Amino acid sequence: MLRITDLCKSFNVGTINEKKVLDHLDLTLEEGDFVTVIGGNGAGKSTLLNMIAGVYLSDCGTITLEGKDVTRLPEHARAKFLGRVFQDPMKGTAANMQIQENLALAYRRGKKRGLRWGITEEEKKIYQESLKQLELGLEERMTSKVGLLSGGQRQAITLLMATLKKPKLLLLDEHTAALDPKTAAKVLDLTKQIVEKNNLTAVMVTHNMKDAIQIGNRLIMMHNGKIIYDVRGEEKEALKVADLLQKFEQATGGEFANDRMILA
Amino acid sequence: MSFALTILGAVGQGLLWGIMALGVYITFRILNFADMTCDGSFALGGCVSVIMISAFHMNPFLSVIIAIGAGMLSGFITGFLHTKLKIPAILSGILTMIALYSINIRILGKKANVSLLKKETIVTKIKSWLPQSLTEGMIDSTLNSIVVLGFGLIMVIILIIILYWFFGTEAGSALRATGNNEDMIRALGQNTDRMKILGLVLGNGLVALSGAFVAQSQGYADVGMGQGAIVIGLASIVIGEVMSVLLGKKRTFYKKLSAIIIGSIIYRVIIAWVLKMGLDTSDLKLLTAVIVACALSIPGLRAQRRKAR
Repeated sequence: MLRITDLCKSFNVGTINEKKVLDHLDLTLEEGDFVTVIGGNGAGKSTLLNMIAGVYLSDCGTITLEGKDVTRLPEHARAKFLGRVFQDPMKGTAANMQIQENLALAYRRGKKRGLRWGITEEEKKIYQESLKQLELGLEERMTSKVGLLSGGQRQAITLLMATLKKPKLLLLDEHTAALDPKTAAKVLDLTKQIVEKNNLTAVMVTHNMKDAIQIGNRLIMMHNGKIIYDVRGEEKEALKVADLLQKFEQATGGEFANDRMILA
Repeated sequence: MSFALTILGAVGQGLLWGIMALGVYITFRILNFADMTCDGSFALGGCVSVIMISAFHMNPFLSVIIAIGAGMLSGFITGFLHTKLKIPAILSGILTMIALYSINIRILGKKANVSLLKKETIVTKIKSWLPQSLTEGMIDSTLNSIVVLGFGLIMVIILIIILYWFFGTEAGSALRATGNNEDMIRALGQNTDRMKILGLVLGNGLVALSGAFVAQSQGYADVGMGQGAIVIGLASIVIGEVMSVLLGKKRTFYKKLSAIIIGSIIYRVIIAWVLKMGLDTSDLKLLTAVIVACALSIPGLRAQRRKAR
């Protein structure tokens, strides 16, 4: 479904700060895979997601999505296939626009935007129904500006927007990291629901090892721009946080996992 | 009586300059792009329109269409410099503006200003359509003011309706989203470079349109007529925003656009009043800068005070 071969990316090339973020990385996703990605800071997790989304273009290697080579496609042209939720809850929604206007923008993802009216009456009903499943009472506030909502509410809306038009691949970049624990749990729960209901293929970057083990059917650990551990199915089900930490220490040669990962 | 006439003239000018403020609103507020092009494109609109009438004997209404096209082109160039050549927003606008200064002098035939004396303008055209019985016995300057006011009002209403429609469409919504959260709308599949160019084209089209009207109403075009246009536009926007508080809590897009026009009119009335009080014309830019600086700093200072509490 998604095939990444020999992907590399360096930042600040030619300067003293040159950093190889992705190092000849290979990854293949099957239809319906829900992959969680863990790894230390600077392992290249977010960069991997951003490369799939086209935020950065690759230095070498190819990315194909359902047989179509998207390696050189700019970000906006790839959006047709992708649903995305960012770490920053402010990043996924337009604050000065109404909830329903935001949803209408998402509903037209990948379509040409012309001079038809930006939102129709039938759509509003669809949005109302979709908002109901969030159970946040937002269906009563469709004309409120998104800027008035909390980070958790905005993240829930972003999640809805990413999946309103079924994406081929859903990219979640630490989308619960900036939320308080209770809200994070709620948004994570919603994520599971939506992915299952729509039978989506998804990649979720997280710092939370427990979440990474619990959710999805496959787990990837990254280090220094490479995938160092890749488990799926029953083997993944049986994983414990301690196993992951051990794996991580092995890979990093005793270098200790950062605090955030231990606390998680 | 003479004061009433001054106010009448000021309101008419406020309407015509208000169109420029609408253009600035599109770039500055909706697109979040401080577009310095408009100083140049305002004068460009005036110069193109005047030269089309005086040198090519074009219909004054048609000359306005050409002026809009020229303004749009200048907006496109700024957009191109910014999005494709990656020049910072403010600098892109300044470059186009400075280039337009030379171009405008070329357009006027290497002169700094060209008069429309004894030439047909929109004002004289409309006057010729009015029935004699209506205009008889009226002083010419009064009649001119009334014509400008009536024509300006109609144009403003038409433009507000068009803008309201456009920003409700899919493309218009995407343009608003581009100014609001660029990353988000790109992730939703919109080419944001294209949207920025579109916003600059629309904004500068309106600015040039306003320049053409103003030049025709005052009877001449001057290469310096656009100087400080962006600041005047901002003054109108912020005065309008302060006033729109009085229009009630719910701020619909209609109200926002209308408030800009009201702001522009109030600005012109203030100017007319201080001139009457004996202020020198050359002090106006200073006064405008002070008004804008005050109005723009109020929201920030207020937020700071609320925080301090």
